This record gives sequence, C-alpha cells and structure tokens, in this order.
Amino acid sequence: MAGAAGPGTGPGAAGGDGDDSLYPIAVLIDELRNEDVQLRLNSIKKLSTIALALGVERTRTELLPFLTDTIYDEDEVLLALAEQLGNFTGLVGGPDFAHCLLPPLESLATVEETVVRDKAVESLRQISQEHTPVALEAHFVPLVKRLASGDWFTSRTSACGLFSVCYPRASNAVKAEIRQHFRSLCSDDTPMVRRAAASKLGEFAKVLELDSVKSEIVPLFTNLASDEQDSVRLLAVEACVSIAQLLSQEDLEALVMPTLRQAAEDKSWRVRYMVADKFSELQKAVGPKITLNDLIPAFQNLLKDCEAEVRAAAAHKVKELCENLPAEGRETIIMNQILPFIKELVSDTNQHVKSALASVIMGLSTILGKENTIEHLLPLFLAQLKDECPEVRLNIISNLDCVNEVIGIRQLSQSLLPAIVELAEDAKWRVRLAIIEYMPLLAGQLGMEFFDEKLNSLCMAWLVDHVYAIREAATNNLMKLVQKFGTEWAQNTIVPKVLVMANDPNYLHRMTTLFCINVLSEACGQEITTKQMLPIVLKMAGDQVANVRFNVAKSLQKIGPILDTDALQEEVKPVLQKLGQDEDMDVKYFAQEAISAVAQRLRKLDCSAKASEEPSARGADKNHFLRPRGPGEDTGKAHRERAARAVSEEAVEAARLQTRPSKGPAHQLHGNTRDTLAQLEIAELVHFSQSGD
Amino acid sequence: METKLPPASTPTSPSSPGLSPVPPPDKVDGFSRRSLRRARPRRSHSSSQFRYQSNQQELTPLPLLKDVPASELHELLSRKLAQCGVMFDFLDCVADLKGKEVKRAALNELVECVGSTRGVLIEPVYPDIIRMISVNIFRTLPPSENPEFDPEEDEPNLEPSWPHLQLVYEFFLRFLESPDFQPSVAKRYVDQKFVLMLLELFDSEDPREREYLKTILHRVYGKFLGLRAYIRKQCSHIFLRFIYELEHFNGVAELLEILGSIINGFALPLKTEHKQFLVRVLIPLHSVKSLSVFHAQLAYCVVQFLEKDATLTEHVIRGLLKYWPKTCTQKEVMFLGEMEEILDVIEPSQFVKIQEPLFKQVARCVSSPHFQVAERALYFWNNEYILSLIEDNCHTVLPAVFGTLYQVSKEHWNQTIVSLIYNVLKTFMEMNGKLFDELTASYKLEKQQEQQKARERQELWQGLEELRLRRLQGTQGAKEAPLQRLTAQVATSGGQS
Repeated sequence: MAGAAGPGTGPGAAGGDGDDSLYPIAVLIDELRNEDVQLRLNSIKKLSTIALALGVERTRTELLPFLTDTIYDEDEVLLALAEQLGNFTGLVGGPDFAHCLLPPLESLATVEETVVRDKAVESLRQISQEHTPVALEAHFVPLVKRLASGDWFTSRTSACGLFSVCYPRASNAVKAEIRQHFRSLCSDDTPMVRRAAASKLGEFAKVLELDSVKSEIVPLFTNLASDEQDSVRLLAVEACVSIAQLLSQEDLEALVMPTLRQAAEDKSWRVRYMVADKFSELQKAVGPKITLNDLIPAFQNLLKDCEAEVRAAAAHKVKELCENLPAEGRETIIMNQILPFIKELVSDTNQHVKSALASVIMGLSTILGKENTIEHLLPLFLAQLKDECPEVRLNIISNLDCVNEVIGIRQLSQSLLPAIVELAEDAKWRVRLAIIEYMPLLAGQLGMEFFDEKLNSLCMAWLVDHVYAIREAATNNLMKLVQKFGTEWAQNTIVPKVLVMANDPNYLHRMTTLFCINVLSEACGQEITTKQMLPIVLKMAGDQVANVRFNVAKSLQKIGPILDTDALQEEVKPVLQKLGQDEDMDVKYFAQEAISAVAQRLRKLDCSAKASEEPSARGADKNHFLRPRGPGEDTGKAHRERAARAVSEEAVEAARLQTRPSKGPAHQLHGNTRDTLAQLEIAELVHFSQSGD
Repeated sequence: METKLPPASTPTSPSSPGLSPVPPPDKVDGFSRRSLRRARPRRSHSSSQFRYQSNQQELTPLPLLKDVPASELHELLSRKLAQCGVMFDFLDCVADLKGKEVKRAALNELVECVGSTRGVLIEPVYPDIIRMISVNIFRTLPPSENPEFDPEEDEPNLEPSWPHLQLVYEFFLRFLESPDFQPSVAKRYVDQKFVLMLLELFDSEDPREREYLKTILHRVYGKFLGLRAYIRKQCSHIFLRFIYELEHFNGVAELLEILGSIINGFALPLKTEHKQFLVRVLIPLHSVKSLSVFHAQLAYCVVQFLEKDATLTEHVIRGLLKYWPKTCTQKEVMFLGEMEEILDVIEPSQFVKIQEPLFKQVARCVSSPHFQVAERALYFWNNEYILSLIEDNCHTVLPAVFGTLYQVSKEHWNQTIVSLIYNVLKTFMEMNGKLFDELTASYKLEKQQEQQKARERQELWQGLEELRLRRLQGTQGAKEAPLQRLTAQVATSGGQS
C-alpha cells in the first residue's frame, strides 16, 4: 500500500488538470488487485474512469501492460475486463492506437471459460473496425494468425470468429493467408474447433470473392457436412443457408444440393432436426425451382420422420413453407404434396407434434381459399378441436381469426362450442386461463347473439372459480367484452349478475363483485356506475369481513374519478370517513388512502368547475363547500393556509400517536409517512368544509 | 510402455459392480429437492434406431452350435452372427415376437459359446463379430424426453431394445475377455472410428448400458495399446464439450471411473499431456452444475494424480480455489470434502505453498450462514494430519483465519457451529498461546484499519469520479450527452494537450 495516503489527500487538494500525478498507477493497480473479488470487479467495471484519470499515454504505457501481464483472475472479473476493453479505443488515444488494446484481448481470447472468450472476440471484432487498413495488417491479422495456430483449442476457437472482420480490408496476399488459416481450422483435430469454424463458415463465405467461395468454401462445407460428429454436421446446415444465397442455380445444384440432400437424410436426428428448423431459410436461399424438385420431397420425409422432435420442427414450418411457394401452382403443390402428410400428423402419437401443427395449420386457409378450406382443412380443424391434448385445442382456438377471414366462424361453431366448454372446465387452471384469454377474440368473431346464448354463462361461471388467477382473468375478460359489445349490453346482461354476487355468502365472491366493479366502471361510464354500482359498493361497506370492507375503500378510490362531485361529496365521503374509523387497521389504512384520493379529485373538480363557471356569480353555488375563490380573497387564502398548516401539524401528531402503538400489517409499519400525508389531506378537507359553512 | 493397468483396479464385470473404490458422496440433506414435482406423463418412447431395415426375411431357428460337427461350426457361427444383425422394433412390443425370440436365443447361444468353447475365435469370424456388434449397439441416441433431466431426481429412460442389447454387450465383453481373443487381429476392426462411436454411446440415459460400456471400454483400453492415446484424447474432448458447451452428458461418471484406473497406471515422470489433462480438463470439471453426479470419481482421479506427482498440488489447489462455488452450498461441501482428501496426502513442502489462500477460503466457509458448510470446514480441525500441518505453520495459518473465526464465534446463528469454533480457538490457544494473545489484541486494531481502508477507497473513487466529471465539463460544453462518446472525445483531446 505504497500510495495509500494518496487518495486521502487527493480529492481535496486536486485542482486544475494537473492532478494525474495524484493518482499513481500503483494505487489504482492495488484496487485492481484487491483481495476481495467484489472490489476487484467494481474496479474493473470502472476501468474507464481509471484510464481517464491516468490519461491516454499512461493508459497505454502503464495500465494496459499491467492488464496484459498480471491478470489471472476469476472469470467474472475477466468477463468485465473483456467487455470494457471493447470500448477503450478513445481512452488509449483513438484509432491510431487501437492496436494497443490487442495484447490484453488476445490473452482473454485464449482463456478457458466460454463467456469470457466470446466477449473478448466480440470486443476484438468491435476494435477491428477502428483499425486503419495498415494497422489491421500490421497488428490485427498477425493476432488472428497467432490465435489460429495456438496450441490449445480455446485460442483456435476464438480465431474462427475473427476471420470475417479482417478479410474484406486485407490485401490480396494476406487474404490468401487468411483463407489458408481458416481452411486448416475447418479440419482441426479438435471437434470444438471444427464446430466453431462450421458456425462461422457462412459468415466467412459472405465476405469472400465468389471464386473463392466456389473453390474453397464449398469443399470445406462438404467436409464439415460429413464430419464424423453430428454436432459438427448440424452446424453445416446453418452455413448452407448463407452459401446457397451466394451461388447461381447451376452451381447450387452441382455444389451444394448433394450435401443438403444428404443432411436431410442424416442418420442423426439432430442434423435432420436442424434441416427442419432452418427449412424456411433454406427454401428462400435455394429458390423456387430447387424447392420443388428437392426440398418438398425432403420436407415430406421430415414430416414423417421417426423422431417426434424432427416431426414437430417440420410441422412448425408448414405454413411458412406454403406461403413461400411461388403463387403459380402453389395450390396444386400444397393439395397434392403437403396436405396428405399434414392429414397424417393430425393424428400423430406425439402431442408436441400435434400442437406444433395446430399452431400453424389455420394459416393455410388464407393460402388455399374458401372452397379448399371447407373441403379439406375444416375436417382437420374439427379433429384437432376434439384432440385429447388441451394444448392442441387451444392452439386451434387461438388462431381462429385466420379462418374467420376465409370461411367465417359459423362453419366451426358447432364443434367450437364443445371444445371451448371442455377447455373452460379443464382441471388445469392454466388451461382455463388460456381459454379465457381468447374469449374477447371469440366474442368478436361469433357476435353478440351467439355469445349470449352459448358463452355468457361460462364467463360468469369463471367469476366464481376456486382459483384466484381465474377469477381475476374472468374479471378482466368482462371489461374487454363490455368494450366490444357496449354499455347497453353490459347493463342488461353483465352488471345485474355481477351485482347479485354482492349478497353471496362466500366473501370471496362478494369481493369478486368489487373487483368487477373496479374494471367495469370505466367501461360502463358514469351513469351506470353511479346508479347501479355505487349503491352496492356503499352497502358493502357494512360487510362483516374486513377484507371486503377495505376492498370497498379501494373500489371507492378506483371509481372515484368516474363519479361526479355530488356523489363523491354526499355518498362516498361519509362512507369513507366511517371506514376511516374502522376497528381494523387495514380498513382504516385503505380508507385513508381513498379519502386523500377523493379529496384530490374533489379539488380538481372544483378547479375545473371554477374555470367553466367563470361567468356565473360568485356566491351562486352556495351548496358547495369548496367555494370558488375570487382574486380579492387572497388574504383569506393565506389565512386559511396558515390555519391548515396548524391543523396539519396536529394531524401529523395524531397520525404519529395513531401509528405508534399499531401492530398492523407490514405495509402499515413502514407506511408512516404515507399515513401522515393522508392525514394532512384530511386536515385540509376538514378545514375547507368548515370555512365553507 | 508408459501406461499399464494394474489388475487390482480393473473393473469387474457389470454383474458384480465393484469398480468404484470411492464411496458415493453423502447426501447432504435429507430433503429431496423436488419430491413434490409430479412425474411428467411418459411420452411414447421414441425410437433409437433410425429406419429399420425394411422388414424383412423371416428368421428361422438354426441348429444349435453344440450339435454340429467342428467342421461346420464356423459356417453356422457366421450364419448366427448374421441372424443377430437383424434389427427389431421394440417400441411395438408385440411386433414379430417370433423373430425376436429367435434372435434372443441365438445371442444367448453366442454368449455361451464364446465364453466357454475354446478355438471358436478364428481370424475369419472377427469381421462378422464386429459387424454384428456395430449394427446392434451403434445408433444415434434418441432425444432426451426430459430436457432438464436430473440424474439424481428423475427416472432415466430405459433402452427399449435392452433384451437384445444386453446380450450383445455381454457377448462383446466375453469376446474381449476370451483367452483366444487376439488384439492384433481385432485391431483391424476395432479402430479409431469404432472407439469414437463407442464413446458417444456413453451419453445413454440407461445406466445398465453405461455400466456395460464402462467395462468394455476398460478392456479395449487394456488390450489395444495403439488406441490408448486416442481414447484419452477423445475422453478429454467429451469432457471439454461437457464443461464449455453442453453441460449435458450422461456418462461422465463412468468415463472418470475408467480414467481413475488409467491414471493409476501412468508411468513416472508424468508426461506433459497428462498434466495438462489434469489442469485443463479435470479441474475445470469441478465448475459444472451437475458435479454431484460424478464428484466421487472426479476427486478420486485428482487424488490419484497427486499421489503420482506431489508437485501438482499447488496447481490443483489453486484451481479448486478458482472454481470455488459461490452460491451452491451443496457443491461447497463437496469441495471441502475433496480438499480434505487432498490434504490427507499433501506433502508438508507443498502445504507451505498454498496454506494462506487455502485457509482464507476455509475461513470464508466457516463464516458461511449455511451451517453444513461451516461445519464441514470446521471438521478439518478433527483431522490429525491437517492439525499437525497447521501447528507446524501456525504463524501463517493462524493470522489467516483468526479474524474470521473470532468474529463468527460471536455472530453465528447456529449453536453447534459456535461451540465448534470455540474448540478450534481453544486448540489455537494451546498451540501457541503467545501468538493467540497477540492476535486477540490486534483484532480490534485491524477492524479499525479495515474501516479506514474502506473510507480511503471510497474517497479515491469519489476523487476519480469528480476528476472524470471535471474533465467532461472542461472539454465539452454539453453535460448530458452520452458518456461513451464523451469519454472518447475527452481522451483524444487529453492526449493532444
């Protein structure tokens, strides 16, 4: 701790720009070497600050060498370092000095831990762009070569990610060398390196000249695609997409297709899965002609593969595949070459396959048009709607809108209904939850009449589900339905049923009424809220269960903004004040919260009333406790404010006294300030009403 | 010959599993973590064989091997081997029952024959035998039905074709163990590619299959000298992939068990290749999430290395300290266990090199709020040998742990831990009363110094932060522009001035 005294005096004495010397590198390095990992990590994360304190030159000559030579640390620290260095170009003096950052990043690119290595490579890629072409060849390319011929697999793996960033800007001679290095990594002894090379093959191909792609990349691709390890072969499929985009149709047919055909029939399901997973990309890359000749048959095989994983991946791609077929002749191809296989999958033994298919199959109807949909797809939809696996049924229902556009939903309604009813009563609440979420969509598609007749009772039944999440979702569902069908419908069908529940013997159901009112009030508007809902809420303030009572307070706070001044003043406020005196701590707390909100609302109403009623006489609204103030009453206002402050101080005292002995729920224990604020609001309210009299 | 397999540690055949000389790790707690988790419904088991040979000629029973004259024996043998190369669909359990039975009987007979009859294994049958074995056992393993398969909690998926597969493995094993077996002939067929595919099968979820594979690979390693280096290399590739890419491979424990006996046979001095394997593969294996599945075997390998070459101790202990678990207490207990195993065989000259960082870590463990970790660390003081090492080096060890022990003795919630610490402190007092008194006296002072240092650190960073802000303002009018760009500009202009 040679410079331990430095920082103590540093900040105080520091002045001007000459304060670099006050932070000797030794002190900073001590921080970077601290025994505590967390402190080391903190220091590394502020490396840019340290560099800034040192200035560019000392960062280059002192900090970076230290980082390069002496850091053998926890991977977490190394990761932070690798990340920092990617943005360090400015701190070492700009692009001319960017190469100074290469040595530490080079050693980070060779460490064992993958995340550190990957981050170092990412930073190196970033920095490579900041190099001048000369510096790139003088510093960066040699680094890539060193990594590519490192003796442990980690450095060679890292090298794979750097070829594509330095190749385009290198001179021809250097380019040849870079290609040579990449070639040797593709046939590396270690599968880890071959995997890294295979995963970068496509990216590298894109920056190469077309001739080199044909003469060098294609053979590499062919080799990797027939590697002895399936983990390498499957990565070649990915590269195939990029390479195919670069070649002409003839070259494609001659150079790439044999390998791709082979991959689609690989003996390892992982490779076949990869082909299925990348199918749409492959289809776009090879173009329509090869798709018809080669990919469609390959796809048929994937759809009837022996591994469910592969079938599911292929099933997922059905819609995209059909969409991307050339419009001309599309219908025939789908009808003759795809649909028969889809029909098989509808009764697959594996539920993942069926549900993958169900998630896309509806999309085919827009492609095939009305008649084909009715004749060929509809039976499949109906079969899937009756599937034993709920996920399959849900996937069909969630995509109903596609079909609706083509044939209208009526065609399905006969089968739809039993499926919905069954899902609505499924033993798993997550399934019930999922179907509730589609209700607004279904309501929109089926229309009000059908809905009232068949589904309304379901929606009401969910309100008394024994799982809270379902009741909650059912409540929100009602709001969305009201938004769809309008307030009149709400008044006639929903609201009465909801309000009846207020008398239910089960307090959970009574609370559901309140929750419904919370969300419905806004959708239903002021009139319904005031006339139908408010009386019920107010009545429930006398409920014997405290949970219901404090939810009354919360509801009143929620619906406050919808009510008018009269209702607030004459109905809501007295009830809240009564609840504010409740024996239960929670009820009291929420009543106070509501009172303050209502008070605010009233003041706002008052202001707007004042603004709109400007022309009318000052004393006209004598009924209002909040009399609009004229400009001449300023002294009065000041007086009132003083008084209010006095009262509020009392209120604070009162609040303190009140809350001190309380042993209420947690929110009250740390809710003192809020309570006090609530009290203050009350105090103001009380004061104004007194002065109004 | 640089490697030899001592017969004492060779695995026995799977029927009497006695390969593991190391006891399995103690269950750390009695609660099963996910005991309440509902068993997921079994999906229909997917096939492990891609595309059965389109069935198929009807299998008809052949005469028994023992019933034919010696002159016709080999002809019949190769017909039986061909018959056993026909594959059946075991997912459909009623399909082709007769054929399955014929193959089963033939396999049984082959097992019997190769194990007991001398003079059967002549050169021409080798390719037929290896072909039959390859056709049966080499397959792409099916996708795991449970992506987050936990070997400790979940039931493994058993191989449906086991009734045949087991007999094939048994036959393979007896073939390798037969007194007539000639490695010089077999090596033409059991080549690198064969071994690679054999190693890939270790990922099988079926423990019965892995057990057979383990014994078979062990025999292969023993008999085919030319494949040894290749097997070691491929094993380390599997481990490296497991550590850095997948975190999933079912056969790690089995491979480590084989390696344990391989390491045991390493000749001295150790080759660099072997040391590198220890440092770059075995030590990083400790960082894997599912360590508990193979920790016993791994610790055995590590200790084997140290018994061979004590100079590796420092590397190993520093490696373990580097990968010391941060959040998983179960793993921490395992690390402490392994550390004690290492300390049991450590040479005093090596102990001196690592005592300080090691005991700082032990002290951190003692202060762990998880009492099992603290307890496991404190048990070190029950170990006579460790205690003697501590005593010999008490001037270094005591200061490294004293502060923590002293503090924890006052603060730990668990009474057992507190009383264990008191015992430890008492041993210290008896060990060197004078040093103990000095440390007690300086404890408070050190605490104050620590606080002072923390304050200084804070001031340092505050100063740096102010400096940074000043520079930003000094060179740039704007104060709220993005920081990255600003620092870059500031630094550039700073370099010019």
